[in-house]
Amino acid sequence: QVLSCAKYGGRHCVTLMTGDGVGPEILTHVQEIFRYAGAPIDFETVEINSSTTDAAYLEAALLSVQRNGVALKGNIETKFDDAEFRSMNVALRSRLDLWSNIVWCRSFKGVNARYDDIDIVLIRENTEGEYSSLEHESVTGVVESLKIITAEKCERIARYAFDFAARNGRKKVTAIHKANIMKLADGLFLESCRKVSEDYADIKFSDMIIDNASMQMVSRPQQFDVLLMPNLYGNILSSIAAGLVGGAGLVPGMNVGAKYAVFESGTRNSGRSLKGKNIANPTGMLLASCDMLDYLGHHNVGALIRESVLDVIAQPQHQTPDMGGQATTTDVIQAIIDDIKPKTQTRLHSAE
Amino acid sequence: RQYSSAGSASIQKVTMIPGDGIGPEISQAVKDIFEAAGAPIIWEDVDVTPIKGPDGNFHLPQAIFDSMAETKMGLKGPLATPIGKGHKSLNLALRKAFSLYANVRPCKSIEGYKTPYDEVDLVTIRENTEGEYSGIEHTIVDGVVQSIKLITETASRRVAEYAFKFARDNNRSTVTAVHKANIMRMSDGLFLKCCREVASKNKDIKFTEHYLDTVCLNMVQDPTQFDVLVMPNLYGDILSDLCAGLIGGLGVTPSGNIGEDGAIFESVHGTAPDIAGQDKANPTALLLSAVMMLRHMQLGEYGDRIEKAALDTIREGEVLTGDLGGEATCSAFTKEICRRIQS
Ligand SMILES: Nc1ncnc2c1ncn2[C@@H]1O[C@H](COP(=O)(O)OP(=O)(O)OP(=O)(O)O)[C@@H](O)[C@H]1O
Ligand SMILES: Nc1ncnc2c1ncn2[C@@H]1O[C@H](COP(=O)(O)OP(=O)(O)OP(=O)(O)O)[C@@H](O)[C@H]1O
Ligand SMILES: [Mg+2]
Ligand SMILES: [Mg+2]
Repeated sequence: QVLSCAKYGGRHCVTLMTGDGVGPEILTHVQEIFRYAGAPIDFETVEINSSTTDAAYLEAALLSVQRNGVALKGNIETKFDDAEFRSMNVALRSRLDLWSNIVWCRSFKGVNARYDDIDIVLIRENTEGEYSSLEHESVTGVVESLKIITAEKCERIARYAFDFAARNGRKKVTAIHKANIMKLADGLFLESCRKVSEDYADIKFSDMIIDNASMQMVSRPQQFDVLLMPNLYGNILSSIAAGLVGGAGLVPGMNVGAKYAVFESGTRNSGRSLKGKNIANPTGMLLASCDMLDYLGHHNVGALIRESVLDVIAQPQHQTPDMGGQATTTDVIQAIIDDIKPKTQTRLHSAE
Repeated sequence: RQYSSAGSASIQKVTMIPGDGIGPEISQAVKDIFEAAGAPIIWEDVDVTPIKGPDGNFHLPQAIFDSMAETKMGLKGPLATPIGKGHKSLNLALRKAFSLYANVRPCKSIEGYKTPYDEVDLVTIRENTEGEYSGIEHTIVDGVVQSIKLITETASRRVAEYAFKFARDNNRSTVTAVHKANIMRMSDGLFLKCCREVASKNKDIKFTEHYLDTVCLNMVQDPTQFDVLVMPNLYGDILSDLCAGLIGGLGVTPSGNIGEDGAIFESVHGTAPDIAGQDKANPTALLLSAVMMLRHMQLGEYGDRIEKAALDTIREGEVLTGDLGGEATCSAFTKEICRRIQS
């Protein structure tokens, strides 16, 4: 899979989709840190956000990702007031067939949060379900939205989740559903998960209804290991889990399909209200970029940046307002650079 | 119906569905407490155990319809849904029978009852008749299922109107619409449009709108920022349980179902068969539901007194049931509340 990524002279080329809100500023900082850390990545910047409505922008972004194989992305806002404006995020995910979304929520050392012992992997089907974009107004004032669930996609995401669990030494996969109400749709999802689980004797399989799961998530999140979910429930539980470990600014996320991978913040927020104020938390996007480095096989430099980011944000003087601190984005970035600089000399040349 | 000020209020009849398991014990507790408070309520007990009809299907007994037709007001304990074919969820049957279109769940931290979050004070209002619960599903081809979410202007406007009325009646300042119109542009878009229209006619109440995921995120970080939230069915199901989780689960959270043909207030916990009949149950959730009912009936003064006595009892922490960390029986806990009301 990684072989299909654009690589020239030992360097990978990666698409950078700027997005809305704090996306552009944070992605600039990511590039800065990559430079200091000597990450062998060249970025191909594609301007795409809620005002680039001409279809040509979306096509250009798609083409770039198809060429490079990998992208780092800011979130694009969806103007839901404009019926003509369809979610570009959804379009990108479905056109690139990025069928799995992975958000790994771990408690951060030194970060004030509700719980300090959370370690949940949230794996979400990313292309169907409630996100099918199939809707119609049957008669005036009556709208139907179609939720589409297919055995093929359910099995594919279930297999991904169990493989992920096996690869990462996780013990338990819990499928989340509402099969008591949506007997056919969520029933098919649950059935598919159960079927796949039979191939993984070492991993425990259980299931939970979404409303109970969201209650359990806030009252006893430690019970969860790997969560396997259809699209909308994934959106809900990832948001809850991210909130519990510290918020939208901290958690990274990734979308992977058969051919391409797109890395972004875990909760896909754009942080519009923080734009241009130099207070956005860069952590989530930086961690996403480290995951991207890992994905491309640049493990050393990925580990180097990740370690610095986590060390720096564990210190109260380097925490942004969303974490209860007073640091600016640039303060945090500077502290990370200061931490990285001496390490690059000694570590990077030892391996890679 | 007309109500004059407390004391001279005319006596109202309320339908009581004691329910199963611990239901009878906690219903009795509520009756005792109401009597101690002199609440102008008389109860009519009805059983809702389904009866097998001539067609072989099970139906709600006629008594519940007759009683509700007269009282328009019900209080309900937990029901055990019988297992086996032919039985639909009883809660669902009641919801259909009385067009209970809005489910209202206040979530308020109880002082003295230690839970993950403090100072929560919000209300979720859930559209209860359509959305993802339409029950319309089909297998298009083998392995491909389509499930229809149905959103109508009528139901959306009705629940939005109730949310604003509730906010005004309960001195709350803000109504927040929760939606996912970025993804479900038409269906959630219609829901949101109705909320906005109703908001523009209720300018005394502040209106905001947020994505479901952003609400989840912000809710677990700081629930105190929310007031009244209104939303389609599935989101309400999920968020109301999430919020109950913030303040210690379903054991102490009340609930109300507002309908076109009356209203039914209920505890949302289960029948707790493990402790049924042992005088160990905590009646707080049903009692707080009964308090909501009094407020709904414009008998808020009684409601306030009862609520204060119950919350004081919990805060003082001397007489508590097992689930609250004490050793008192249900009847001792009830007596203590009555004592406080009368002293
Ligand atoms: N990088 C970030 N750093 C810190 N907080 C963030 C970041 N990204 C998002 N958030 C916070 O997460 C929440 C949700 O973000 P979202 O993008 O949905 O809202 P927003 O664009 O700020 O718009 P609004 O202000 O209307 O909620 C907000 O409270 C936002 O401040
Ligand atoms: N009002 C209450 N007072 C004290 N304990 C309660 C109360 N309600 C529930 N519990 C406790 O919480 C646990 C779960 O309750 P719940 O009633 O949901 O059980 P259940 O077996 O799921 O019942 P059902 O099948 O009717 O839903 C029970 O073990 C019970 O002891
Ligand atoms: Mg529920
Ligand atoms: Mg139960």
